[in-house]
Amino acid sequence: MARELLEGNMAMAEAAIRAGVQAYFGYPITPQTELLEWMAKRMPELGRAFVQAESEVAAINMVYGAACTGVRVMSSSSSPGVSLMMEGLSYIAGTELPVVLIDVVRGGPGLGNIAPSQGDYNQIVHGGGHGDYHPIVLAPASVQEAVDLVVLAFDLAEKYRSIVVVLADGNIGQMMEPVELPEMQPVERPIPDWAVRGCEGRGRRVLSSIYIKPEEEEVTNLRLLQRWQTVQDNEIRYREYFMDDAEIVVLGYGTAGRIAFSAVRQARAEGIPVGLFRPVSLSPYPYAQVKAIAQRAKAMLVVEMNTGQMLDDVLRAVEGKVPVEFYGRLGGVVPYPDEILDEIRRIARGPISIGVDPRQAWMKRLSQLIMN
Amino acid sequence: MQTEIVLAGFGGQGILFAGQLLAYAAMDSGKEVTWIPSYGPEMRGGTANCTVIIADEEIGSPTVRNPKAVLAFNLPSLDKYEPMVIQGGVLIANQSLINRQVQRTDIVHVMIPANEIAEEIGDKRLTNMVMLGALLHKLPVLTLEAIEKTLEERLPARRKHLLGLNSQALRRGAEFAQREPAYSV
Amino acid sequence: MTDATVQVVYSRPKALTDTPTTYCPGCTHGVAHRLIAEVLDEMGIVGKTIGVAPVGCSVFAYNFFECDFVEAAHGRAPAMATGIKRVLPDRIVFTYQGDGDLASIGMAEIMHASARGENITVIFINNAIYGMTGGQMAPTTLPGQKTTSSPLGRDVEQAGFPVRMAEVLATMEGTGYSVRRSLHDPKNVRLAKKAIRTAFEVQKRGLGFSIVELLSTCPTNWGMTPVEALKWVEEHMLPVFPLGDYKVSPAVAEIKI
Repeated sequence: MARELLEGNMAMAEAAIRAGVQAYFGYPITPQTELLEWMAKRMPELGRAFVQAESEVAAINMVYGAACTGVRVMSSSSSPGVSLMMEGLSYIAGTELPVVLIDVVRGGPGLGNIAPSQGDYNQIVHGGGHGDYHPIVLAPASVQEAVDLVVLAFDLAEKYRSIVVVLADGNIGQMMEPVELPEMQPVERPIPDWAVRGCEGRGRRVLSSIYIKPEEEEVTNLRLLQRWQTVQDNEIRYREYFMDDAEIVVLGYGTAGRIAFSAVRQARAEGIPVGLFRPVSLSPYPYAQVKAIAQRAKAMLVVEMNTGQMLDDVLRAVEGKVPVEFYGRLGGVVPYPDEILDEIRRIARGPISIGVDPRQAWMKRLSQLIMN
Repeated sequence: MQTEIVLAGFGGQGILFAGQLLAYAAMDSGKEVTWIPSYGPEMRGGTANCTVIIADEEIGSPTVRNPKAVLAFNLPSLDKYEPMVIQGGVLIANQSLINRQVQRTDIVHVMIPANEIAEEIGDKRLTNMVMLGALLHKLPVLTLEAIEKTLEERLPARRKHLLGLNSQALRRGAEFAQREPAYSV
Repeated sequence: MTDATVQVVYSRPKALTDTPTTYCPGCTHGVAHRLIAEVLDEMGIVGKTIGVAPVGCSVFAYNFFECDFVEAAHGRAPAMATGIKRVLPDRIVFTYQGDGDLASIGMAEIMHASARGENITVIFINNAIYGMTGGQMAPTTLPGQKTTSSPLGRDVEQAGFPVRMAEVLATMEGTGYSVRRSLHDPKNVRLAKKAIRTAFEVQKRGLGFSIVELLSTCPTNWGMTPVEALKWVEEHMLPVFPLGDYKVSPAVAEIKI
């Protein structure tokens, strides 16, 4: 199939359309607005539902309603808007509905800025709305991967009756790259047996996140957890580069991961035995794989566009077996590959010790860098 | 092999389009490519810039600190990006809007009166094509023919009549760069 | 007795389940539920209707109707109904919301559902108080009315004035039908039912957003007997919330019931 040069936001929107999304509800926010605009044009011409909601609060609740009918539905937003959606996401999780959300993360907290950031890792991967649930979170590092993960997101959402978040950032949303789009899937799909569409010819159905008796909510929470374990067992995804003989392993996801890829490739050219491990599923997180890397690597370097939110997951997996270093840029600043290359060189020169808190050590280095 | 090109100037100078044209032509030539704009409030303030990376293999970072080439369409862009060009790289500066000389002696540079050349051809909006032509002469990452072919295939029908002028602008830019004794290391 | 004809004069509407009510004695939610159920039966639309329950006393509304139901987040029922209706435009979608849900936390959602002319029906229960949480001030609480969060009476200087939703929503172009009725006596109950029927007919005919505001009682949190509460609606609520048709679009006016 021919490649097309597409902007990330538009490519993700078109991928969702081809995956059979039947209803989209959203609200304009930079740097994700082109996704909404693409939907505004394409959905009506295909006879599908599009509403520009009055707020992200309304948008996610429209998604909630539409998801109850058993069709493929989605929304997209960026950090402040996703904060507003947390209420609805919790209800969706509690009602066990399949929903896809694309979060094109920007710098924060607060109004922050519109530059690319990974500051919402904890909010999306570990946080979210109230209550005890896990969303599936997929992090693309290129426009093609974003397209592929959006399609996968719909499949996983349906398979596990789960929220699936495609966690992108401003770079992925705004950049253009050649992509192969998937085939258009039919929008008519089998309607699941829990869907609420009017009770003609069957008993009435109720979809709700209420379990007013704690004992029943406990059963529900346990069911969600059991389902989550199936997800953990089956849906770990990651990519490895130069890992076969790597003594130093760089870990990064999304944009930070692909920037690290440039640095790793340059370091390899300099003869440094370094590899890259790029988690694609952030939730479920590839703990076992990171743990295995810690058994054989001499040092690890976590690279993020935040203050080390994934770092904590890596440290949890590594269990102190190997020295871990950290490099992050903050608030919407995107690192250049040479910054990461310098870190790799520094680690290669050694020695680095296990006892040092990687975040503390990095804070000192970063302070020197950005105060100059 | 990877080539990074930054195009920078005012909004309205066709910066983003010229970058996209490079990206399309690279894709049509079977290469890997990324095009990334600097978006945001900066954009609203009237400056526009984008980075195009053309490569034979998977591209990592979509931006680099020290690009191989810079197209500076105005003085602020020259001030900002002249120091960034990698040693031995290429700098194309739009003399029409720049009242100083290029300082670096370790790069190839061309000062080109792109606005005037575009106006001679008949349309000031061709400035970006003149600049692009000059670049491709000094940095033959793609042929002029590849750009022309992409233009032919991708220009919307209502703009097809501009093909000839675009082509002329590209070639005038390349010719100017050819005549210009380039500084080099 | 042998020649007397047996006549059923009262029975449970088919659209109501046989779930025992969980509402307080004397609360008019039960009356409102019954009226909706009668309308669903009369129109023969139980099988194609989807209800959206709110947060508040009527959070369990889905237990009482024989149609499909979903349960919304607080105030978001109109957004949720929008999502359903946009995917299934040929179904009948209605929300059932209290005053805190609709006129406070859900003000944005109700206004914009109306602005879009969303083809849904809203049954709005206005009893001037938060029932579920135990009697706090609502956006519709009357000036001077004592609640647990306005213990000295609603001070309009501090807490503002009651919101008149039937009038507000009548100003919106997307609204086809906006009326206020009351449940405080049999005559008004009959008028309320007719309005509910009209509102569903508006949706069935695709004539835009329809809302019926129902003045309702909360004997428990008002601290009154059911009869006193009905009297209180008449004496205190009617002057602040006048009954009437605030918007009946020309197309709606032609509906004959």
